[in-house]
Amino acid sequence: MAELLQSISGGLGQGSIYALLALGFVIIYKATRVISFAQPALMLAGAVLVSYLVGAVGFYAAVVLGVVGAALLGLGIERTVVRPMVGKPVFVVAIITLGIDIALRVVVNGFIGNDVRQVGDPWGFARISVLGVAVQERHIATFVTTALVITVLFAFFKYSRLGLAMRAAAFDQETALAQGMSVGTVFALSWAIAGGLAAVAGTFVATGAGLDQQLWIIALKALPAIILGGLDSLGGAVVGGLTIGVVESLVATYQSDFAPWLGQNFAVVSPYVVMMLVLLVKPYGLFGTREVERV
Amino acid sequence: MLAVRNLEVVYNDVILVLRGVSVDVEEGKIVALLGANGAGKTTLLRAISGLLDVHDGEVTKGSVTLDGEPIHRRNPAKIVTLGIKQVLEGRRIFAELNVEENLRTGAHTNTKQLRSNLDRVYDLFPLLRERQKGTAGYLSGGEQQMLAMGRALMSNPRYLLLDEPSLGLAPLLVQQIRDLIVEINKQGTTVLLVEQNATMALSIAEHGYVMETGKIVMDKPAKELLDDSDIREFYLGLGAEGAAKSFRDVKHYKRRKRWLS
Repeated sequence: MAELLQSISGGLGQGSIYALLALGFVIIYKATRVISFAQPALMLAGAVLVSYLVGAVGFYAAVVLGVVGAALLGLGIERTVVRPMVGKPVFVVAIITLGIDIALRVVVNGFIGNDVRQVGDPWGFARISVLGVAVQERHIATFVTTALVITVLFAFFKYSRLGLAMRAAAFDQETALAQGMSVGTVFALSWAIAGGLAAVAGTFVATGAGLDQQLWIIALKALPAIILGGLDSLGGAVVGGLTIGVVESLVATYQSDFAPWLGQNFAVVSPYVVMMLVLLVKPYGLFGTREVERV
Repeated sequence: MLAVRNLEVVYNDVILVLRGVSVDVEEGKIVALLGANGAGKTTLLRAISGLLDVHDGEVTKGSVTLDGEPIHRRNPAKIVTLGIKQVLEGRRIFAELNVEENLRTGAHTNTKQLRSNLDRVYDLFPLLRERQKGTAGYLSGGEQQMLAMGRALMSNPRYLLLDEPSLGLAPLLVQQIRDLIVEINKQGTTVLLVEQNATMALSIAEHGYVMETGKIVMDKPAKELLDDSDIREFYLGLGAEGAAKSFRDVKHYKRRKRWLS
């Protein structure tokens, strides 16, 4: 029982990271109908920024600055590369983001170097006992931060003028324009928010073991999360992310006992198995709109 | 005064949709714009509200001026802040948002007076007050039209461009919408009303324009239009009673020359 709870707690921690990344995907998708494959690079850039700033300003300030930096980076990408492509087929734009991802990662890798960099988080691998279950502190921190970020984000979409404009423009751009909203601002804002979220996710991915050049692969697990939750649902992204995290963690814990014939490290591919099952059974995801078009 | 002068609009660089249209909308009035499908009515509204860009359209000649200031090169957000608001054809409410959120989107450029405008809209459309937390997509057609009009009023526009507010509504609802337009006009908003329902439009408008294939072919006070024999026959369906109609005459109506002769 303790083992199960411990596995689930670890899964929720990891799943929170997927949820943050998935939210970025969904926000950009809703605003621009493009799946941005630049998320992994933005995540890595955010984490690297934190690792460079942490010595000078401390961990928490570094995270804030890292988020701002990644948001500006997202903003810059949108303004220079994506905006000129407005009106072009979304498939083309999606492929362009793939290119941005690769280019940006090369630059960022230059800053990482060959060694593992630390983000200087205060948690490391320390564990704390919660109701008799040993839980890693960093997983608790990830989960709580994610919950906080999501609450703020949902409040932003519900109550603020710009958040409302983003939802309106996502639904019907021409009508949004007729209300005097600037669709360009909405596009830019969606990229900035996605960049900021990716930076938070990147920082938490790098807690504990630190970050190296291979870290970006983790961001791809947000894809199973958004397929599971539904491409155009914010709530779905959160549920999908957490579910994928828990599934992965459970498979890692129990697969060697129950299905050793699958070989070692099967947990790494389990999110993609879930993704394929979802695509077969419920291609629009748990909370997605049925007529959403897939890219 | 909102004035359109010799306006030419081209879509996709090749399709000439408006060929030198001139329209005057004097402040405080209701002006009706009639015409068959494809005459260019909606295009004219888009040219005024700056929404041509979305449809790859462009003003190639002429001008749209508001109190003498040209506005046809401005972006839609700027035009809204100048006090011109278009209600798009087919209502186009944000179906996923609730009624109040829909109204708040209309106040995007004018959040300072959100409360007073909200009260004003709820007083105009009491039905919306009852449904304020309901999902907009589940409203009936008439309620959606009211919501679309209410949303437009949220920014306190001086000029309201209404594109077929009676579209797809039952006759009783059309009457209700008509009365509401009159009420909105009384409260000080100038209305440019684009309609296929000519009876309705001419019954409340002071001035009327008739468009055909991208041109204004008639420009008269609404009363004179109501008495015009061609308008009576082709827009109001009041042909010469009892007279057997020859199909040759019907075809004759389709010739462009008809209006200009």
